[in-house]
Amino acid sequence: MTFAKRFFGGLVKFYRGNPAGIIGTMIVALILCACLAAPVLTDNDPNKRVARGHQPPSAELPFGSTRAGKDVYTQVLYGGRVSLLVAFSAATITTVIALSIGVTSGYFGGRIDEVMMAITNVMLVFPQLPLLIILAAFLGQVGPFVIALILGLTSWPWGARVMRSQTLAIRNKQFITAAEVMGEAKWRIIVVEIIPNLVSLVAGMFVGTALYAIGAQAGLEFLGLGDPTVVSWGTMLYWAQSSAAFFVGAWWDFVVPGTVIALMGGGLALINISIDQISNPKLRTGRYLRIWRQLKAQVDAKRSQS
Amino acid sequence: MSAHLSVRDVSLDFTIGDTLFSTSYLRAVNRVSFDLKTGQALAIVGESGSGKSTIARALCRLYTPTQGTITLDGQDVNSSQALSAQRDYAQKVQMIFQDPFGSLNPVHTIRHHLRRPIKIHNPTLSVSEIDTKILELLDRVGLAPAEQTANKYPYELSGGQRQRVAIARALAVGAQFILADEPISMLDVSIRLGILNLMEDMKQEGIGFMYITHDIATARYFAERTAVMYVGHMVEWGESDSVTQNPQHPYTQLLISAVPQAERRRSTETKAKKGDIPMWTPQSTGCPFAGRCLHATAKCETHMPGPTEIAPGHFVRCVLFSTAP
Repeated sequence: MTFAKRFFGGLVKFYRGNPAGIIGTMIVALILCACLAAPVLTDNDPNKRVARGHQPPSAELPFGSTRAGKDVYTQVLYGGRVSLLVAFSAATITTVIALSIGVTSGYFGGRIDEVMMAITNVMLVFPQLPLLIILAAFLGQVGPFVIALILGLTSWPWGARVMRSQTLAIRNKQFITAAEVMGEAKWRIIVVEIIPNLVSLVAGMFVGTALYAIGAQAGLEFLGLGDPTVVSWGTMLYWAQSSAAFFVGAWWDFVVPGTVIALMGGGLALINISIDQISNPKLRTGRYLRIWRQLKAQVDAKRSQS
Repeated sequence: MSAHLSVRDVSLDFTIGDTLFSTSYLRAVNRVSFDLKTGQALAIVGESGSGKSTIARALCRLYTPTQGTITLDGQDVNSSQALSAQRDYAQKVQMIFQDPFGSLNPVHTIRHHLRRPIKIHNPTLSVSEIDTKILELLDRVGLAPAEQTANKYPYELSGGQRQRVAIARALAVGAQFILADEPISMLDVSIRLGILNLMEDMKQEGIGFMYITHDIATARYFAERTAVMYVGHMVEWGESDSVTQNPQHPYTQLLISAVPQAERRRSTETKAKKGDIPMWTPQSTGCPFAGRCLHATAKCETHMPGPTEIAPGHFVRCVLFSTAP
């Protein structure tokens, strides 16, 4: 009861005076709901030929058709399901690994810390995109599940370092010492005393990784490293490119998935910015700008009077 | 039920430099001995870096002494590292911290802070029994509408109220000894006395205190005995009245003359040489205060005398009083 109250209270506080957060959440929620409700919003099958190739947008086909005569509107909705699933599972994998490695190594320190940070640093200096391309190429044309796994398993080191440094800061607080003196078990100190203090960082990391994963997945699939028979936003771009949609003037074929990726990315980035403002209030400019504008208006009014 | 926490010849070294061929150590506490008894308070007075917090942390088993032993009722405290042994000990010895803003977890309610210690040390209690106990404790430390206070978060309380919660947490465990590490130095002057009196009441009920402070006035107010520490050494100790009214060690005299008093301004402040406060290592010899002491002789550089009893129960470690050759 108190928890729910606190949770919703926190939500209200998060969105109040935070237009970036509101707009971002609305965009993400809109796309998410549209993709989940795909069977309601369209009667077509994303893999079926429903019209002649490269038909421009019309009342029947709101976003036109692809070269193979498939409905772009239906494909975007169903493709979003795959893309978002990949993005959020990659973000979940990354967050779990980064949190456990960062907190463990920050809390225990010493030898454990040295070994874990050595591994993290090695992972960190690998150039990400080439590593992804080589992994994907090595595994052949990979399905969305494998892409999520690859993205999740390669993008945690940065987050792990952030978690570790924050844990180091909390670890030296006296409430942790108090819990130790009290005889609290170590795992409980980590789970109950430390991790709840990291919530905003964890949320920020989750959203940031999801954002990265959407782009990386679309990039990999656009390069032809994904499975082209699965409909997702990346493979839609891949097919648009291989059917020369740009040269024949079928702009809807690549503008639609491109726009959705950009919108989703923008929405997630807006949410990420507003979470950053919570963990680092110095970034909160909106309120101060408003105060500044009010003061400026007052001063200007006085000046024009005299 | 009286218990006895005894510290014998305890030294604590910390690693400060670690190269391939040698490790250098800092000696934070050097051969310190004292006793804590239930129902009494021992004040440890000293400036920053004198090792007074370090010895408290060693008493909480956060550090293991490099030398010497800490015994509770004759049993070596550091003999077992098991969690159960740690909890048995935690049930008897608890700590209160200096910073009331750092010692409570900002994401948990006051109820959580008190429920955990009760639950750890009484795993068989039911939820409602624990709850009544929490409210009892809050009443006892003077956080009046206990039910409301229990549901608050630390940021909703003032510094003094938080410190009361910290004391309640030590009581929740059922501690016989409480190590109070400068419990009032970060509080408003107006609420210091309230916290001191609360601790005084607990002392009357039979809890033993180690009261760490740099404020000699409160040490005399609260504690029966006082020990003065300088760079990890106990230089003078005894009955609080005797130590503060009749200080004998040059450092104690300096410390007491530094307390501001209206009627006596700059003129009577005991002078000291402008020497450095030494960094003590296991190899260091002599008296740590020699560099600043006006009475220092050549002997002080090499020799630190043992305790001399200058009055009943009042001990000093200084060559000025040493009867040994």
